[in-house]
Amino acid sequence: MGRLTEAAAAGSGARAAGWAGSPPTLLPLSPTSPGCAATMASSDEDGTNGGASEAGEDREAPGKRRRLGFLATAWLTFYNIAMTAGWLVLAIAMVRFYMEKGTHRGLYKSIQKTLKFFQTFALLEIVHCLIGIVPTSVLVTGVQVSSRIFMVWLITHSIKPIQNEESVVLFLVAWTVTEITRYSFYTFSLLDHLPYFIKWARYNFFIILYPVGVAGELLTIYAALPYVKKTGMFSIRLPNKYNVSFDYYYFLLITMASYIPLFPQLYFHMLRQRRKVLHGEVIVEKDD
Amino acid sequence: WKHVEILDAKTREKLCFLDKVEPHATIAEIKNLFTKTHPQWYPARQSLRLDPKGKSLKDEDVLQKLPVGTTATLYFRDLGAQISWVTVFLTEYAGPLFIYLLFYFRVPFIYGHKYDFTSSRHTVVHLACICHSFHYVKRLLETLFVHRFSHGTMPLRNIFKNCTYYWGFAAWMAYYINHPLYTPPSKWPQTRVLPSWAFPPCETGARHLCGKEICQLGNFSIHMALRDLRPAGSKTRKIPYPTKNPFTWLFLLVSCPNYTYEVGSWIGFAIMTQCLPVALFSLVGFTQMTIWAKGKHRSYLKEFRDYPPLRMPIIPFLL
Ligand SMILES: NC(=O)c1ccc[n+]([C@@H]2O[C@H](COP(=O)([O-])OP(=O)(O)OC[C@H]3O[C@@H](n4cnc5c(N)ncnc54)[C@H](OP(=O)(O)O)[C@@H]3O)[C@@H](O)[C@H]2O)c1
Repeated sequence: MGRLTEAAAAGSGARAAGWAGSPPTLLPLSPTSPGCAATMASSDEDGTNGGASEAGEDREAPGKRRRLGFLATAWLTFYNIAMTAGWLVLAIAMVRFYMEKGTHRGLYKSIQKTLKFFQTFALLEIVHCLIGIVPTSVLVTGVQVSSRIFMVWLITHSIKPIQNEESVVLFLVAWTVTEITRYSFYTFSLLDHLPYFIKWARYNFFIILYPVGVAGELLTIYAALPYVKKTGMFSIRLPNKYNVSFDYYYFLLITMASYIPLFPQLYFHMLRQRRKVLHGEVIVEKDD
Repeated sequence: WKHVEILDAKTREKLCFLDKVEPHATIAEIKNLFTKTHPQWYPARQSLRLDPKGKSLKDEDVLQKLPVGTTATLYFRDLGAQISWVTVFLTEYAGPLFIYLLFYFRVPFIYGHKYDFTSSRHTVVHLACICHSFHYVKRLLETLFVHRFSHGTMPLRNIFKNCTYYWGFAAWMAYYINHPLYTPPSKWPQTRVLPSWAFPPCETGARHLCGKEICQLGNFSIHMALRDLRPAGSKTRKIPYPTKNPFTWLFLLVSCPNYTYEVGSWIGFAIMTQCLPVALFSLVGFTQMTIWAKGKHRSYLKEFRDYPPLRMPIIPFLL
């Protein structure tokens, strides 16, 4: 984080000389951390820090870790326990379904309620950032959570014919394992008893789960394309009185394309985090 | 005589040693001397500091007045390629002007072959084109002849960011306003933006257009007032006060009335064209300008003890 702030300061240096309102250099879509990339498979990027400023999270120096109020800690602990439980239930439901039916057909349908419920509840993570009990950028978390909401509601829920695709199972499995590790990581950190294997899992599972999740998401969107094109769903055509149009098909194409630049950024960012947290490697900040 | 050594702020490597520098040399002069040995870092690219992580020294700062001994150690940081402030503004604003006209004239490959170089049958589309062009011509002229910027350059990469924003939005708005399937406001020309008593002489339909142009005049008046605050060639900053021009009386209530007027004029344009992308552009612009206005407002408060307490950053009494 320190790195970013420094860079930004240097960048506006030409104008920053003592004058805060530094107009045209700061346009709305100003760059943010690599976390922007986190639209993908898992909201596991260290951005979404479920409230636990566990050692090794690079956001704050260990010494000045913020002390949360009792209420905030209690709420976050409850929230993270509930979410861990929710995703565990999902995991069990999925395993049971497969054991009983021996096929993935109908899997999504059988678990959709639980999935939608808990995934939608992740919206609270944005609120946590907004009110400041979680020290992460609202933008990063917002992008992560909304990409999940998008996959659940605007793709899988809305396009029935693709619900039985294998790719849906792919991202469901990746998400479930990621979320169980992530939420339990936060829970245990908040309780100040983080078992090593959970920390290890959080910083190793992603190596496989990220690509799997991304592949699942991309293949699912890809499978949806012909259907979206045929039905023209969620699209607005001219003429209309607001003089704007929207084509969901092209929107999906752009979404898919955006994975190309974003995924590697996110992945390598997590790899760096991993080295830092698990191997205590001090990454020399270029700016020092 | 003083000695100045310049070290790299990151590596602490010694980059240059200036023997015998006049004690009342300014930082600008030291930058010039430094460029002689390192031509790749022209003065605008350089940031010199007393502390590797501290604030950049100003060009006007005088060596003698700085807390240094006979040998001054300055830390150098490269700000990256720079581009002149004026160039950035000109590219930023010339783009939308040109792009909008491409859509207005319906050049090939935008709306389909049969519409090439046709003209819209709605009056409002033509008025909108005049308004939009006027808006950016005004900004270009202001950049060239009105504004007295305090900074010469900014980092090169800003130009990409800013142009994407301005050009992209201009194309998006122009695409819909000039579209063959454009729907003019249903009640045009009866839509009311301002109460009818405000402009008795105006045709009802032209009122929102008037509203927009009035905001433009207001914006221009503020820019003139700001210009008059700063003598040519200087970088001073003063508290702006209302002048004889009634448009500037908004200074009584807000710190950045030029932004207030700017937002007003985009809202007027959005209502006039009834185009959602324009409304979104207004919203994004408003958000951005509010952020800047708050920054400026804070700087005014910090810099001037006697800053008028009634003022708000951008919207009277509210924000
Ligand atoms: N639609 C949009 O999205 C959008 C966004 C931004 C701007 N704009 C337009 O562009 C115009 C210019 O933008 P801007 O941000 O550069 O405006 P600005 O910061 O208000 O500055 C206008 C000029 O006045 C100078 N100035 C400001 N306060 C001063 C003071 N207290 N004393 C002396 N000089 C002072 C500035 O010099 P410095 O170089 O020292 O600041 C600059 O040259 C805006 O008014 C608006 O019309 C539109």
